[in-house]
Amino acid sequence: MPSLIDLMLEGRQVREHSPWRRAVVDASVWDLAARELALGRLGLLGLWGETSTVHMAIMQEHPAEIAVISLDCPDRVYSSVGRHHPPALRLERAINDLFGLAAEGLPDPRPWLDHHGWDVRFPLGDRINAVSKASPYRFLSAKGDGLHQIAVGPVHAGIIEPGHFRFTASGETVVRLEERLGYTHKGIEGLMTGANLERAVQLAGRVSGDSTVAHAYAFSRAVEAALQLIVPERAVWLRALVAELERIANHLGDIGAICNDASFILMHAHCSVLRESILRASHTAFGHRLMRDIIVPGGVTHDLNDGGREIIQATLGNIRLRFPALVELYDNTASLQDRTVDTGVLKPALARQYAVGGYIGRASGRSFDARRTLAYPPYDGLRFDVPVLNEGDVNARVWIRVREVEQSLSLIDQILDRLVEGPLLAGVEQFGGPREGMAIVEGFRGDILVWLRLRDGRVERCHLRDPSWFQWPLLEAAIENNIVADFPLCNKSFNCSYSGHDL
Amino acid sequence: MRKLLFESLFRRPFTEPAPTPDDAAVAELATAVGHAARRRLGRSLSIREVDAGSCNGCELEIHALNNAYYDVERFGLRFVASPRHADVLMVTGPVTKNMREALGRTYDAVPDPKWVVAIGDCARDGGCFAGSYAVVGGVSEVVPVDLHIPGCPPTPTAMLQGLLALLERVDAGAVTS
Repeated sequence: MPSLIDLMLEGRQVREHSPWRRAVVDASVWDLAARELALGRLGLLGLWGETSTVHMAIMQEHPAEIAVISLDCPDRVYSSVGRHHPPALRLERAINDLFGLAAEGLPDPRPWLDHHGWDVRFPLGDRINAVSKASPYRFLSAKGDGLHQIAVGPVHAGIIEPGHFRFTASGETVVRLEERLGYTHKGIEGLMTGANLERAVQLAGRVSGDSTVAHAYAFSRAVEAALQLIVPERAVWLRALVAELERIANHLGDIGAICNDASFILMHAHCSVLRESILRASHTAFGHRLMRDIIVPGGVTHDLNDGGREIIQATLGNIRLRFPALVELYDNTASLQDRTVDTGVLKPALARQYAVGGYIGRASGRSFDARRTLAYPPYDGLRFDVPVLNEGDVNARVWIRVREVEQSLSLIDQILDRLVEGPLLAGVEQFGGPREGMAIVEGFRGDILVWLRLRDGRVERCHLRDPSWFQWPLLEAAIENNIVADFPLCNKSFNCSYSGHDL
Repeated sequence: MRKLLFESLFRRPFTEPAPTPDDAAVAELATAVGHAARRRLGRSLSIREVDAGSCNGCELEIHALNNAYYDVERFGLRFVASPRHADVLMVTGPVTKNMREALGRTYDAVPDPKWVVAIGDCARDGGCFAGSYAVVGGVSEVVPVDLHIPGCPPTPTAMLQGLLALLERVDAGAVTS
């Protein structure tokens, strides 16, 4: 029996697309896909535009199958996916702002990334050199006796990225939270267009600072898929090494910061020390604390420095020694548990509907981890567990991180054991095109999708979908009926990226 | 918890000796801070951080300033929640057009005397995002900048050096320029 994906792909197949299939479909198949998404038989991985085309990446979970379907829209109009499947809403609003492609039937036509501050409308589509008409942003309403609103941001109280939160509260209880994002929109996809690979991967590594490795990794794998480039063995292992170091550093930082938001500073202080030890080891081993610009198309730019292996092993040894005591402290402190258990619950059904990845998905029963489900090298040859919980509260998101730190420690041991000698970089040869590639890589926050088309040595179009796109909307759901004072805790346990989302 | 606390009674602190102020930063400040710094601030500066569109890389390293290794508070440097409480506005990122107004308003909310420290390569001139339809450029396009600390992102040590230079300058009440 043909799979659902096979049926979708009965349109015109695009031959230069790799590794998954892409087909240009007609409006009826597009609509069918939207309804299948709504029924939960498919998951939405991404939705992005081009001047007169919209693309949708979809996934069937069992067995895992991925495809891209594309719809030509010469009239700059296409049928809305969001009206059937809410996870597409913000993506369609962004497509309208950037490309001027209108989603017909879109229930929420408010602009998303365009805050009326650019000197241009539809900057990536049919550009119009004019500022979009300013109109007040209408937040969704909530009705009831004694409700009040709290407006927060874009400049927040902490050292964090900018975004606006509009709470409607009844006394202490949050009735509705609505996010307004887009403040850090830098036009990265616009800068990508026409860039050579060297500049493009530099940009990819600056989509979200905490995931600089993961985004460069995903971008590079997409280029390699497009160009059928074979990465040298040593580089494959080094990439996984830097990816796991990044994951541990971020998880340690998050675990501490979540506790800090419950005013339990001791955990924060100790976790920060462990996080710092990873950054220092990374600096010794690779010359940069965040390991920026290490992964590039074709391999890696930097080998493990002298003494790199030893410092990584010593750092890991120290974490193995110190971390269990912190985990025990977390688990045994009733006042802390009182804050995290049963707080900010994300129901598994919503996690499934939004195909949400990372610790957010895995704390709410969704076992997807690109390293396991898609098993890209070298993870196909490594032993690790993918921890999954069903509670979906702040506590579960902490525990998923704890377990993933432990898994990453073991992964790094295996990687260092199996690191072979050899070249670091396969040269990228001149290419004409068009060549299309796509990659999904598991960053610490979840699955990052990169889709691109290359032509004549340059990027013609590149879309980078941060996991935060499908995580931010769920924070709105998770905070409902919690008290305002628990928002920082819930927010930190999600730790969505602003920059990765705003691009 | 008792065990953890007990251990820290005997363990040497993680905190490292202060770095020497960065010479280049001192030179830059000699001209930049000068006339504004008449008032002594008792060797303390309150810092309000504003992300004006960064990738968040700089924020990660600013966070690190508060960890036990760098411990900025021992120098009287303190991150505060409101611009109303701040002496220094620490700004990261290329300023995006969507953040221009918010940055300007935050600057206006800081009482005089005040200084602006721009953090990272993007904050100087937009860095690799310069030229985008959505980016204004460096921080100085929107608010006057007194000190710039380069890097992508700058290390906590580099930031500490720059801030200590600022502190010395302010502390001296210098009006040499």
